[in-house]
Amino acid sequence: MFDLELGLDLSGDFYTRHFQPTPSEDTLILNMGPQHPSTHGVLRVILEIDGEYILRAEPVLGYIHRMQEKMGEVKRYEQYLPNMGRVDYLHALAWNWAYVGAVERLMGLEVPKRAEYIRVITCELNRINSHLLWWGAYLLDLGAFTPIMYAFQDREIVMDILQRVSGSRLTYCYYRFGGVSQDIDDIFIEKTKEFCAYLKPRLKMYKDLVTDNIILRKRVEDIGIIEEETLRKYGATGPVLRGSGIKYDVRRKEPYSVYSELDFEIPTASSKDALGRYLVRMQEIEESLKIIEQALEKIPPGPHISPQAPRRPKPPRGEVYFAVEGARGEIGVNLVSDGSAYPYRVKLRSPSFSNLSMFPEIAKGTLLADAVSILGSLDLVIPEIDR
Amino acid sequence: MIDLSTIPSPLVQIVIGLIGVLAFVGLNGLVCVYLERKVAGHIQRRPGPFEVGPHGILQPLADAVKLVAKQMITPKGADPILYWAAPLISFAPAIACFLPLPFGPKLQNVSINVGLILILAFSSLNVLALCLAGWSSQNKWSLLGAARDIAQSVAYEIPLLLSLLPIILLTGSLNLAEITQTQGPWPWQWLVVKQPLAFIIFFVCVFAETNRAPFDLPEAESELTAGFHTEYSGMGFGLFFLAEYSYMVVGCALASILFLGGYQGPVASGWWWFLLKVYALLLVMMWVRWTYPRVRFDQLLNLAWKWFIPLSLLNILITALVVKL
Repeated sequence: MFDLELGLDLSGDFYTRHFQPTPSEDTLILNMGPQHPSTHGVLRVILEIDGEYILRAEPVLGYIHRMQEKMGEVKRYEQYLPNMGRVDYLHALAWNWAYVGAVERLMGLEVPKRAEYIRVITCELNRINSHLLWWGAYLLDLGAFTPIMYAFQDREIVMDILQRVSGSRLTYCYYRFGGVSQDIDDIFIEKTKEFCAYLKPRLKMYKDLVTDNIILRKRVEDIGIIEEETLRKYGATGPVLRGSGIKYDVRRKEPYSVYSELDFEIPTASSKDALGRYLVRMQEIEESLKIIEQALEKIPPGPHISPQAPRRPKPPRGEVYFAVEGARGEIGVNLVSDGSAYPYRVKLRSPSFSNLSMFPEIAKGTLLADAVSILGSLDLVIPEIDR
Repeated sequence: MIDLSTIPSPLVQIVIGLIGVLAFVGLNGLVCVYLERKVAGHIQRRPGPFEVGPHGILQPLADAVKLVAKQMITPKGADPILYWAAPLISFAPAIACFLPLPFGPKLQNVSINVGLILILAFSSLNVLALCLAGWSSQNKWSLLGAARDIAQSVAYEIPLLLSLLPIILLTGSLNLAEITQTQGPWPWQWLVVKQPLAFIIFFVCVFAETNRAPFDLPEAESELTAGFHTEYSGMGFGLFFLAEYSYMVVGCALASILFLGGYQGPVASGWWWFLLKVYALLLVMMWVRWTYPRVRFDQLLNLAWKWFIPLSLLNILITALVVKL
């Protein structure tokens, strides 16, 4: 299409027009997404390739934008709570926690010890679930079809456990201001212990079968090396940051809840490549199991929700930021209250957004197959990026 | 089974043989689809197809009906003649490849003394078809798939041929029936014992030639969506699919004829032994596909040029020396 009056070339959409090819006949502009098997959702990456080498890569966002932040402004505090399970559907409880925690901090609400322990247990179970799904999906990106089925078998058990207490299987809305909606019972504890005992030999099997496989090693070793400089520039967090050897974890750096009472390691890898990020996530599953086992031992009796917890919170005027460690990195909620029942402003800080922002820099000069590997190793959840 | 050599006219013999081969290829496609889905299912801790017929035995028929009934779409801007010629060019030579294969002692369509070369020549035509498919689709992913396929096939054709030369040196024949007869019925009389390296190189090259995982780069699903057949629907895709399975069978049949004694077995030699060996090798191919990740393109080429070609050359040299001494 060519607009004669304005003299503009109107072919393609906004991004295609602005992503002009370099004046060379050797390169090809390639649209990877929004429907592509390995962008895991509706992410679109415009690539300029020379042969199979990527010269430029530009992610295009917004295909699943749902105005989560605007919704926060027009809904009451408690009405907005179920939205949190939909921001990142894989680690829904961490987003629950970030929002609930922010409101609690704003109101100065005390959370009972038992509720804090329940939150730790369920959040870590959810983290294991998220990492397992990532593991399966990443190997799918690399062309191995079977691991995702094994991962889903394990996930099924966790989802059954969490369904007992929260009532849902994926987009949880379990935490409440001042506690959790329902107390855990003996069957929950027993099943969780069973799961911990079940997953450990499975993880060993995954290591022997998949992690030590030579083809996989060749696909992840020295691929997508991210330097500290880049990580700082884009504010990367989570396993992506720890995979480059930086020991930063919100659970340890700004301890919230009862994490300071629990003994666990922050796994890091010094290799800075996709393998480093892979190994960090696999070790994090083990650490999460350790946390769950300790928390189940230490959990005190008491109420599961604070008696002062309001059904319809009306926090005082003020601004607050609360961060938790999600499966993908630092999840932050910045809340501004004007004293009414509606938040004045809700800002959601999603780790996937920062992690994806690095992609153009890392992908430059790599092969197409490596770009898929790098994109997978960043562990992106697209609804979380677009919000 | 009829004894093909008793039919007087060679023309009638070839016609009957072709009909038999077509029936076999079609049937084999159905069996392979069912096998692949069941093997994948059991490897992935699920039952596989289960609803259509007892244990899903009619699933391949349902798949075939679906493929035949689907609308055949030619993408805008594609060259329709080349676009629809490509699946045919891919499938037709596969039939010719079956003609010189000795299925049993008397069960061979054309007994020619260059059977091996005929198969290798016809199976190489597949590259052309995939190149056409990728080129004429007017799709960048297809084009990338085609480019990958050509590089891969060119690289792997060489070690494939080189790995077969020692066999020819040892047996002194290119006739597949004669090569079978030089081996005995027992496993230690098979050529795989004398040529283990050649067997490994040949079998790995068959993986690459037939675009099977871990070398399924031309159709790498997670990288190129579906590679060269991204735009094909209905039977266009179906023919590529059928051709892929046929070439897999040809590759496995060659491996069992050249290295595993063909139709000869410890007890009661016959075509059943041949089919048993072929399908055992096919199962291995499926097993590998559902187990390993995909290699990267440059790694694939490195493997061919840096390892397989020098190793097979060395193998030829050693074999030649041993044969001459």
